[in-house]
Amino acid sequence: MKAITIDGISKKYGKTQALDQINLEVEEGALFGLIGPDGAGKTTLFRILTTLLLADTGQASVTGLDVVKDYKEIRKTIGYMPGRFSLYQDLTVEENLNFFATIFGTTIEENYDLVRDIYVQIEPFKNRRAGKLSGGMKQKLALSCALIHKPTVLFLDEPTTGVDVVSRQEFWEMLRKLKEKGITILVSTPYMDEASLCDRIALIQKGQLLSIDSPTNIIQQFSKPLYAVKTNLLHQLLGDLRTFPLTDTVFPFGEYLHLTTKQQLEEDQLTIFLQNKGHQKIQLHPTKATIEDCFMELMTN
Amino acid sequence: MQTLITTHNLTKRFGDFTAVDAISFEVGKGEIFGFLGANGAGKTTAMRMLTGLSHPTSGEASVAGFDVYRQPEMIKRHIGYMSQKFSLYEDLTILENLRFFGGVYGLSRRQIKEKSAALVEQLGLEEVAKKLTGSLPLGWKQKLAFSLALFHDPQIVFLDEPTGGVDPITRRQFWEMIYAAADRGVTVFVTTHYMDEAEYCDRISIMVDGKIAALDSPAGIKTKLGVQSMNDAFYQLARGAQRSE
Repeated sequence: MKAITIDGISKKYGKTQALDQINLEVEEGALFGLIGPDGAGKTTLFRILTTLLLADTGQASVTGLDVVKDYKEIRKTIGYMPGRFSLYQDLTVEENLNFFATIFGTTIEENYDLVRDIYVQIEPFKNRRAGKLSGGMKQKLALSCALIHKPTVLFLDEPTTGVDVVSRQEFWEMLRKLKEKGITILVSTPYMDEASLCDRIALIQKGQLLSIDSPTNIIQQFSKPLYAVKTNLLHQLLGDLRTFPLTDTVFPFGEYLHLTTKQQLEEDQLTIFLQNKGHQKIQLHPTKATIEDCFMELMTN
Repeated sequence: MQTLITTHNLTKRFGDFTAVDAISFEVGKGEIFGFLGANGAGKTTAMRMLTGLSHPTSGEASVAGFDVYRQPEMIKRHIGYMSQKFSLYEDLTILENLRFFGGVYGLSRRQIKEKSAALVEQLGLEEVAKKLTGSLPLGWKQKLAFSLALFHDPQIVFLDEPTGGVDPITRRQFWEMIYAAADRGVTVFVTTHYMDEAEYCDRISIMVDGKIAALDSPAGIKTKLGVQSMNDAFYQLARGAQRSE
């Protein structure tokens, strides 16, 4: 049985097509990433799967249970961490966790194993009100609360948005450990570099899935010749490369520009072209695509 | 080189908590200065002092030639500011927003009219100029907000996570607008959580626990720390942080 099955799901808000014919399957025990910018439809899809919103058309099920017919059953078995943490600001850390355990008919002690690694990091502050916690600590408490009833599937909607690199890395390590315990995780993120930490990903943009596969396979499907280019005049390089006849796209990519070309490049030809435009210290080499390169290629197709 | 921001031992304390702890740096005309740090490192507090919104506890700072203690109102008038949270009025049309903010910044009717026409043309918004701003896609809103932050021709613009959540192509188009502004001589002070964007800055500072832990060009910081990427540089410096938000 699949953990999640989505079959032809569409949703409109007024004239805006939030989701357009989404088809997707998530295997049991997988760490699955839904990757896309704000407004792509990630939250709408989460709300449909967690039975908080009805789709206009299509069907979806979670652990074999239908999101419309069996919504009560689904609510008992899944964990959901919305983008805006749904903690009670005026309850303490411990009271929040206790509350979520109680409404799911369990106790902290019963499932403590599952949350221990995460909860110990905030336990020193267990008497502090949730509203007084830092962003990173709120995130850990919200995750503990979403886990305390031992859900079969965990839905995490942008848990790392606006969080710094160090906290993001820690959060993904926690997800890895949860996966090892057999929990299926569907996580959304606008950060493309987090894609490589998932087993499989779906790239989403304007309500449509651009691609569904493992990160490695998506990268292998990148079809164009790709080069990293750098010179002493980086601002000017962007404009100059756009006038090079073989250029397809040019995008800034950290300290280099990423250049895709219409055909394989005679590297000397480009070097001479750039020298004539006054560039020095020219560095040019073929490079491997990242998920972000793939996303941009799929967006422009 | 002309300096647009000068700080010397700039400090802000809340009770016994030192949010910003004696930071000193200068930012030059036309420079793109990346202001990085972990959550809770003190970036927002520092930015609030530099934009005239918060009174420092001690130390010195001047922005666009004005003193942060004595002339905060002059600073506000001479800087541009844009945050990740969209600050335009969604229920006004694009032209109405331009007129409103132009008025707030004290531009004349004629200036507003001319500048609005130029901006609409430059951004290719002719077809939607009379539509409600709320109906624009996020990427366009951010480009419009940036242009509006520059509407009164400030010498310096503060951008607080301007590209958060924006798609990868729009994010890059946004940086081209930043480059173009810097090439015209506008000083850009920008925060971001995207480490590739740190590379687009002329110099960056990384704050840890209220202090500036590193300040150099991106290449300089990587060389000094012996790492390959800005991601690793940030991780190495911020990993040891004692506090979070």
